[in-house]
Amino acid sequence: MSGTLVVGGSIGGVRTVQQLRRLGYDRPVTLVEAEPHAPYDRPPLSKEVLHDETWTVPTLLDAEAAADLDVELLLGSAAVTADLEARRVTLAHGRELAYDSLVVATGARARRSPWADQPRVHELRTWDDARVLRNVLDTAGSVLVIGAGFIGAEVAAAAHHRGLRIDLVDVAPVPMSRHLGDEVGALFVDLHRRHGVSAHFGTGVEVLESPEDAVTVRLGDGTVLTADAAVVGLGTELNTDWLLGSGLTVDDGLVCDAFCQAAPGVFAVGDVSRWWHPGLGRLVRTEHWTNAVEQAAVVAHNIARPDEQKEHCPVGYVWSNQYDWKVQIAGRPGDGIHHELVAGRDDDQFAALYVGADARLCGVLTVNWPAASVRGRKALASPTDLETAREVLFPVRSTPAVGARGTEPG
Amino acid sequence: MQQLRVDLDLCEGYGNCVFEAEDYCELGDDDVVVLLQTEVADEDLERVQLAVGSCPVSALLLTQAPGS
Repeated sequence: MSGTLVVGGSIGGVRTVQQLRRLGYDRPVTLVEAEPHAPYDRPPLSKEVLHDETWTVPTLLDAEAAADLDVELLLGSAAVTADLEARRVTLAHGRELAYDSLVVATGARARRSPWADQPRVHELRTWDDARVLRNVLDTAGSVLVIGAGFIGAEVAAAAHHRGLRIDLVDVAPVPMSRHLGDEVGALFVDLHRRHGVSAHFGTGVEVLESPEDAVTVRLGDGTVLTADAAVVGLGTELNTDWLLGSGLTVDDGLVCDAFCQAAPGVFAVGDVSRWWHPGLGRLVRTEHWTNAVEQAAVVAHNIARPDEQKEHCPVGYVWSNQYDWKVQIAGRPGDGIHHELVAGRDDDQFAALYVGADARLCGVLTVNWPAASVRGRKALASPTDLETAREVLFPVRSTPAVGARGTEPG
Repeated sequence: MQQLRVDLDLCEGYGNCVFEAEDYCELGDDDVVVLLQTEVADEDLERVQLAVGSCPVSALLLTQAPGS
């Protein structure tokens, strides 16, 4: 009996093997991970891990826990090819592993920047990246952050926590506007500026040089910036190279059906999975922790209980910690054509309700308002119009809207 | 029987647990989880395990209830 082979030991892969055992799956389970470290969690890497040395690697599954689950854990083992017909995966050092069910959970890596080989230029995806960056922040007086998405914003916030001088650069005039609209995006720009960060938005890095002991960049608008180190966060590239030639369809992710199945006996979980979302009626790929956890539960179920297949139909949820803001986003604000801002108890608490072309609630962003986030996620689980959403999210008192304007998510 | 426990020093109000087991977990007025019951019936165990595994900060814990 070959059992289940899970390739990729981040949150999606780990939750898959754990859930298989909880469901009573009693065939062999193998978890393969390219990195040498025991599987670990990524969200803290751009947050608390950067603050100080008290954080060690946030392990998800150590050798003892794997043994308890009767899961064979193969670390430092990258998969290089998959032979679907023979149901066999080959690892970098030549070992072949047979499977009945294959779970692709190889995720993504940091998108390589043009300056990746320069000294003092860092990226942040892995535990090793985080440890190196933390050491850099220990001695640096200033840092240049290129890219103001979630990772760049969180790195800027961590550097601010440590008292560094920060320049934050993004080619987009309002970096978060693509998903959240211009008005909400502008609130995130203000957030950086309020914390003393020099934000250079709407202009890109033209030249980056790192001679001697500093990094110097020239921006498109002519601005020259110098810092002790640079961190580049330009998004991700998927780890799907090993599937080329396998016959699987890779198109911005491993394409799967609503059951997260890419081919008979082949499933995908997490960042790498682009599955048919039955609620949205389109293929979706999501690089969020909670999706990986929810999708792992679905895939484990579909492997352990093949006679009662489940569809993966999540609402969607992601969080980010930036300075004193706890940001929670449910649903898909980027699908919104209109939004309404709702004020909370003070300037640092608010919510934005996004409404789609069908006049239904499609996304809820909250800042420092977890209770409203939970109610928003509940409201998103079924078709809800804006008026009902307001009543559900803010039941105690009627809060006047501080702004209600159209948004133009890209 | 297993027992559900929460470390309120860890809970940050992410709310994932509420969506896995809303008859066990609720977000209270102070934005941290409130356990609605702690003794986990066998037929609920699968859902409660998912709630535990869905917590980004591992604030929830299942333990063997004393005397069981």
